[in-house]
Amino acid sequence: MTDQSTYEIVIGLEVHAQLLTLSKLFCGDSIAYGASPNTQVSPITLGHPGTLPKMNKKAIEHAIRMGLACHCEIERENYFARKNYFYPDLPKGYQISQHTTPICKGGYVEIKSGTERRQIRLNRIHLEEDAGKSLHDVDELNTCLDYNRAGTPLIEIVSEPDLRSAEETVAYLTELRKLVRYLDVCDGNMEEGSLRCDVNISVRKKGDTRLGTKVEVKNLNSIRNAKRAVEAEAARLIGLIENGEPVQQQTRSFDADKGTTFAIRDKEDADDYRYFADPDLTPFQLEESFIEEIRSALPVLQEDRVKKYTTELNLPEYDARVLTDEKELAEYYEATIVHTTLYKAAANWMLGPVKSWMNEHNRSIAEFPIQPAQLATLIQLTDEGKLSFSVASTKLFSYLLANPTVEPLKAAEQQNLLQQSNAGSLEPIIDEVLLKFKDKVAEYKKGKKGVLSLFVGEVMKRSKGKADPKVTNEIILEKLKN
Amino acid sequence: MFVFSSIGQYHEALREGTVNCVQAVEHYLQRIEATRHLNAFIDVYAEEALQKAKDLDAKRSNGATMGRLHGVVIGLKDVICYEGHKVSAASKILRDFTSIYSATAVIRLLEEGAIIIGNLNCDEFAMGSTNENSSYGKVLNARDESRIPGGSSGGSAVAVQAGLCMVSLGSDTGGSVRQPADLCGIVGMKPSYGRISRYGLIAYASSFDQIGVFGTNIPDVAILFEVMAGADEYDSTVSHQPVEAYASLLQTDKKYRIAYLAEALDHPSLDPEIASAIKNLAEKLKEQGHEVEPVAFKLIDHIVPAYYVLTTAEASSNLSRFDGIKYGYRSKAEGLDLNELYKESRSAGFGREVKRRIMLGTFVLSAGYYDAYFTQAQKVRKLLVDQTQQIFNNFDVILLPTTPSTAFRIGEKMEDPIAMYLADIYTVMANLAGIPAISLPLFTHSNGMPFGLQVMTKRFDELSLLRFSEQVMTQ
Repeated sequence: MTDQSTYEIVIGLEVHAQLLTLSKLFCGDSIAYGASPNTQVSPITLGHPGTLPKMNKKAIEHAIRMGLACHCEIERENYFARKNYFYPDLPKGYQISQHTTPICKGGYVEIKSGTERRQIRLNRIHLEEDAGKSLHDVDELNTCLDYNRAGTPLIEIVSEPDLRSAEETVAYLTELRKLVRYLDVCDGNMEEGSLRCDVNISVRKKGDTRLGTKVEVKNLNSIRNAKRAVEAEAARLIGLIENGEPVQQQTRSFDADKGTTFAIRDKEDADDYRYFADPDLTPFQLEESFIEEIRSALPVLQEDRVKKYTTELNLPEYDARVLTDEKELAEYYEATIVHTTLYKAAANWMLGPVKSWMNEHNRSIAEFPIQPAQLATLIQLTDEGKLSFSVASTKLFSYLLANPTVEPLKAAEQQNLLQQSNAGSLEPIIDEVLLKFKDKVAEYKKGKKGVLSLFVGEVMKRSKGKADPKVTNEIILEKLKN
Repeated sequence: MFVFSSIGQYHEALREGTVNCVQAVEHYLQRIEATRHLNAFIDVYAEEALQKAKDLDAKRSNGATMGRLHGVVIGLKDVICYEGHKVSAASKILRDFTSIYSATAVIRLLEEGAIIIGNLNCDEFAMGSTNENSSYGKVLNARDESRIPGGSSGGSAVAVQAGLCMVSLGSDTGGSVRQPADLCGIVGMKPSYGRISRYGLIAYASSFDQIGVFGTNIPDVAILFEVMAGADEYDSTVSHQPVEAYASLLQTDKKYRIAYLAEALDHPSLDPEIASAIKNLAEKLKEQGHEVEPVAFKLIDHIVPAYYVLTTAEASSNLSRFDGIKYGYRSKAEGLDLNELYKESRSAGFGREVKRRIMLGTFVLSAGYYDAYFTQAQKVRKLLVDQTQQIFNNFDVILLPTTPSTAFRIGEKMEDPIAMYLADIYTVMANLAGIPAISLPLFTHSNGMPFGLQVMTKRFDELSLLRFSEQVMTQ
């Protein structure tokens, strides 16, 4: 067993994100996922003779949103380039991409590494069109082609080789996915291929400043597989070096079943893509005002929210992070605290009952039936002592889930769930309990104060949870004095 | 007997009722049948054209207003897509391919009442100067059938020359409309780059290609151009500049500032008879009160190489889609792997000249050669654009020959592609600079063959181009 700890792993990522536009990058075909094969294919998508691309402005906006959120410099003078290569799922024999003028340059993404936060530098974000899909498992003898995906707008987010471990790779990908979802530029769904990742990886002895020979592992379709691929490939590279074998610059693929990588192409047959400016698309200039318009419409990002929640709302960092992990959850929370200043209680409700409901039903917050204002009322009622938290979060909560249009106070009344805090209605129950547990009363009077909770619990039980525990406590203490 | 002289007179006769569209179509169908050996047409849409003619005649007699191209019988070069009709760029690789959509230009013609009578032979993928590079065989020059008609739009030129349709469409990437017009003795116009949508025009070199028009007179060419020109949401390289009513603005007695390129007229490759004919015309124009001056043009020997580097580079990429996967010719050979399938299909599907240009273009874009060829040629293009611009700061029109010689014999130059390329010396300038140009059939050589004068104006100034041409043509 080699000692991996004497090595440093150097990782850079190329992440492709499908943009959430209605139509393709260069024509009006839909990009909706899951349609039957070859139903979203105009002559333009199919690269029929004589067809030309036309630019989708929305895709440019998305790319700029992402760039601004990643602190990139936005290129003002853009053009599209043709990347020439032959492959059956590439209808035109070239991919329209960007070459020397990526729309976003530089920038960074902040990730959590161990206990600290670290900036991972970006090299570029550029726009390009997706290819179709070659399906090798539909027909026994033939490869089938589905061109629905061909022309779907993508951004490729290229990082610098700043990542140092499989864990950081996971953190970076998690952060990117969160970011694209926050920005509404991509649904971040790796299973459907909306977010795909290639890993560039090399290893070197700790302390070395020169980079080792790099290997690219292509097309990782989940964060977990990206992690496994990094681990497997790092171990393989270290093994090679330890055995004195040379590392070859290669393109490799990850076999998720075996958990290993295998070579698909050596550097020697690296393609010459013969890039040149696509003469079918005029270069486009981005006006300052256009970029500013996009900047001013950017949503509040997680870090800004965390900062606000911890300072202005006095929430613990943990609560703030969980609440802001998804933009929609944060927005729900923010809509709730418009109606109540009980920020911490609202956070507790979100992280407790609401999150449990989401996890249990595997639903998103958008599908949560209770409106923020109702939730706020629930929180207020609990705080005012009209409802106990346990009754509110179980009985009334489930009732409201089923009847989301009923006003919470009314619901509580109808369901007879309001706490009994008036002594008149509680006293008979308390008298009963004290009578029943005569022996315990005697023990109490002898000094065994612990039995008090037994009385309170019994009263709660008999009142079906409606008794206000504080008031009950007081009355019992009063009675026991005698 | 149907006689055609111009669209204007034809429309007059239709209004008077002395002729109808069906008669016109029947006339052309007979002419096409009688001249089959010229090989100008690939497919003739006889039934369809007659039906359309009947419909138009009926509409007209019901008092419907006539479109600007009402009943005008038009042929399309086999690189222009027309929904439901075959289009192959005269290549085996697209043999029997049917277009599922229509080019923007075609839609606009049809909207004005045009009758499309068939598609016309040409050099494969518009690559060639003789129309000998066609999978459908060569086209003959109707003036002398032992000679080439020029290319690549040879079929389109002969169709108008031999009276097989009224007007026709070609495409011009480096002279493919003007050169055959010159060699066939008709009018051929290439508009400014970005004036007519290229949507539906099978690409040769995207930053050079333009649909062009063949006709026998300027007003016909002007009206066709006017109908097709203008912005199109399917082609982002088309200009949004407003389209003028060119055909109704042709008459003017304006005196122009005319430049002719000294280096071009003194070039050793130019037939001396052509040189003197143009010099004489320049003198005549001067006498008529135009300002005529020679201007220096040192770039002349650089423009053909630059043109071939840039166009073949673009072509190598544009023609990648013809891979035998989605449509078109695919090798039937068994047991081929993917790369072999590409190689076999493309090697057998493309003709020799097309393969030559794909390889040339692939070479000039390859790592290690890119800067020496592609980048360098782009610089020449930029210089040419600037110098042309400078000439137009002082002049309205530039005069040039269209070709260095009259139509040569079939087979004469096929084995010397370089000599063939160099014959494009006078036409590629307009495509490199993106300016409009026209070839006017003004002269006859002592060998009996026609030749023309080429006129160019600044980009998007087709109005001056057509007005000047009309002045020269009608005197």
